Amino acid sequence: MNLYAPILALGGIAAAFGVVSLVAGALTGPKRYNRAKLEAYECGIEPTPQPAGGGRFPVKYYLTAMLFIIFDIEIVFLYPWAVYFDSLGIFGLVEMALFIATVFVAYAYLWRRGGLEWD
Amino acid sequence: MTAGLAAATVAAADLSGRGGPGFLSPTGAEVAFVLIGLVVLGSALLVVTTSQIVHAALWLVVTLGGLAAEYLLLTAEFIAWVQVLIYIGAVVVLLLFGLMLTRAPIGRSTELDSLKRWPAVLVAVGATATLLTVVVDAFHSAYLDLGKTDDGSARVTGESLFRVWVLPFEVLSVLLLAALIGAIVLSRGRADADGKGR
Amino acid sequence: MSQRLAELAATTDLAADPVGFASDPWWLILFKAVLVFAFCVVMTLFAIWWERKVVAWMQMRIGPKHVGPQGLLQSLADGVKLAFKEDIIVKAADKPVYILAPVVSMVPAFMAFAVIPMGGQVSMFGHQTHLQLTDLPVGVLYILATASVGIYGIVLAGWSSGSTYPLLGSLRSTAQMISYEVAMGLSFAGVFLYSGSMSTSTIVGQQGDTWFAVLLPVSFIIYIVAMVGETNRAPFDLPEAEGELVGGFHTEYSSLKFALFFLAEYVNMVVVSSLATTLFLGGYRAPWPITAVWDGANSGWWTLLWYFLKVQLFLFLFIWLRGTLPRLRYDQFMRLGWKVLIPTSLVWLMLIATVRAMKNEGYDYRGIVLGIAGAIIAILVLSVVWDMFRGTDDEEEKAKAAQPPPGAPGAAEPFDPMAGGFPVPPLPGQELPPVPRRAVRRAEPVGAMVGNGNGTGSADDESATDATDKEV
Repeated sequence: MNLYAPILALGGIAAAFGVVSLVAGALTGPKRYNRAKLEAYECGIEPTPQPAGGGRFPVKYYLTAMLFIIFDIEIVFLYPWAVYFDSLGIFGLVEMALFIATVFVAYAYLWRRGGLEWD
Repeated sequence: MTAGLAAATVAAADLSGRGGPGFLSPTGAEVAFVLIGLVVLGSALLVVTTSQIVHAALWLVVTLGGLAAEYLLLTAEFIAWVQVLIYIGAVVVLLLFGLMLTRAPIGRSTELDSLKRWPAVLVAVGATATLLTVVVDAFHSAYLDLGKTDDGSARVTGESLFRVWVLPFEVLSVLLLAALIGAIVLSRGRADADGKGR
Repeated sequence: MSQRLAELAATTDLAADPVGFASDPWWLILFKAVLVFAFCVVMTLFAIWWERKVVAWMQMRIGPKHVGPQGLLQSLADGVKLAFKEDIIVKAADKPVYILAPVVSMVPAFMAFAVIPMGGQVSMFGHQTHLQLTDLPVGVLYILATASVGIYGIVLAGWSSGSTYPLLGSLRSTAQMISYEVAMGLSFAGVFLYSGSMSTSTIVGQQGDTWFAVLLPVSFIIYIVAMVGETNRAPFDLPEAEGELVGGFHTEYSSLKFALFFLAEYVNMVVVSSLATTLFLGGYRAPWPITAVWDGANSGWWTLLWYFLKVQLFLFLFIWLRGTLPRLRYDQFMRLGWKVLIPTSLVWLMLIATVRAMKNEGYDYRGIVLGIAGAIIAILVLSVVWDMFRGTDDEEEKAKAAQPPPGAPGAAEPFDPMAGGFPVPPLPGQELPPVPRRAVRRAEPVGAMVGNGNGTGSADDESATDATDKEV
């Protein structure tokens, strides 16, 4: 566990720095109230009001995130496999080839259905 | 579900305090384990009680992060970081995407307060009781020597995964396949029917 | 030499507690942590100045030169300036999340640095210690995990601003970062295969003879591309495509909160450059011709110099790319990530795994090489052919698209600004349909609009929802 003490120390320093700059930014900066400043800037013209439902976005983002999870899980399995590979030999190779091939089917299906096309 | 998880964690914390030697003089790790368990429990409660939907997702991040810390304390280093990478870095991101795809208003959403509060509490208590029974029954005599630290390393995980648990590993790939195809069908079915095909 | 061997033995994956990492006294840990933190901040200040200077030279300008010698203190001055700017929290923001987001994006960037080996073993205040904060057996996975936590800073910043464009920008950059994180993660697997470990110090130790960049050229290239995409840098800096999204997720941020996002971006750049150095360029080891003539190059504080030079090399690469390449379009960018990088790295990984397995089983080396070379050539040829056919398809599509839509100026097809899923301005010859809310605005007195007038608000909301509904 001692290996994690330095990480905690570094994270603590970084977090302290962040909090200090947040507080410092609030204290050192001027405060001149103006209603216009508190409106969203957005893109320089009158902001588009956020629609009542909170706005909708292309469903492709969801598919991307889903595909990301699948590949992330694959990566997580690849790592111990790669580390232990030399002891597994051909057996390990075949195991992983089967696994990747199955996931690849899903990937190919998504590709064919146009899930990877962005416009 | 998260409440159940948290309860299970607390139960495990209880066990590590009671089951192992040194119940009367808990080590630093054990104290930290219980404290983090309480944080997990608290944030899990906030997940279900907060009325701001994105905040609920963020409390879920705290819950899952706390669980990762518990894994670390139990020396399951590899699993702990996988937990961070997959659950915090991918699953909750998907959740947030899902929220933003439909609605993620800033501020309170009143319709999140379900009127069926009591049945929900009943189900939650039932699930917690079941999980507690199962966990206690399965692990009441388990003892983990925290001094021997390479049990959770990637190499040991790889060995057991690719030598002993080969079949579950391969079946998992089919599960992933099904999950992705399900997502495609769900998200694209209506668009195709409209003839838009986007 | 024997000392280095001992050090190597001590840092292998199996050793539960690598000697020299867990044995630092607490004050030394704290001192090293402060040093690492200071290094990151100074590198940020330096990199911003260096970037502006190099890009200026590339464009025949002079760049910053007034603050400090050669303008070296320019970025520090910018930081101080930001501190004295008003800290605006926009009205529509979700306050706690809005304030938390910059910190969330910054802290993981720093934390990732904890496992970067910046040098070998040195003596610090009479203690033998490594120029590396700590060494986890799962070091690289840890870096990947912290990077994925850093994404939250962006998602939350965009969402909590309560403004449409930042939200779009944050969704975009999140999709971008998760896409390239996969390619990045896959490129690591080859390194683990060769090193048999995920610990950064062991990986550096394994590159004593040959750098992994030489052994795994494809992994190296994929990592380079992925690291530029992961840090949102040009030519992949779509989240801040000014023409489309204004500033991206941090549009509504000001003062030091904005500075923290900047800090996070540059620290991330240093982290991925360090990781590239560690995994592929032999880490803190001296490059070959130097080690041949000078034995002491790989010992003590000299190692820090090699590490620093290699990181500078990558930082220069970042700047060079920015000065040279135009920004990719979003669809091109996603296509590169999902359709090129990921399949390539999977195929490459299975290839090297096959070679390694066969070598372990004792097959003839030359036969393997020939077989692999044949397979690669076959794949290349196939992909070229594929590209040619695709190319013609694309050209046809382009030709179709290029046919002048304003051929019939007027009525053939009413111009729908939301047709592509996002609002676009009309082309010459096309005409905007009358917008209902514009009529409303003319009818109402001007004052009704200013104060977030509810009278027109509902009409606005409705038309906006209609448009977005149609799109999904």
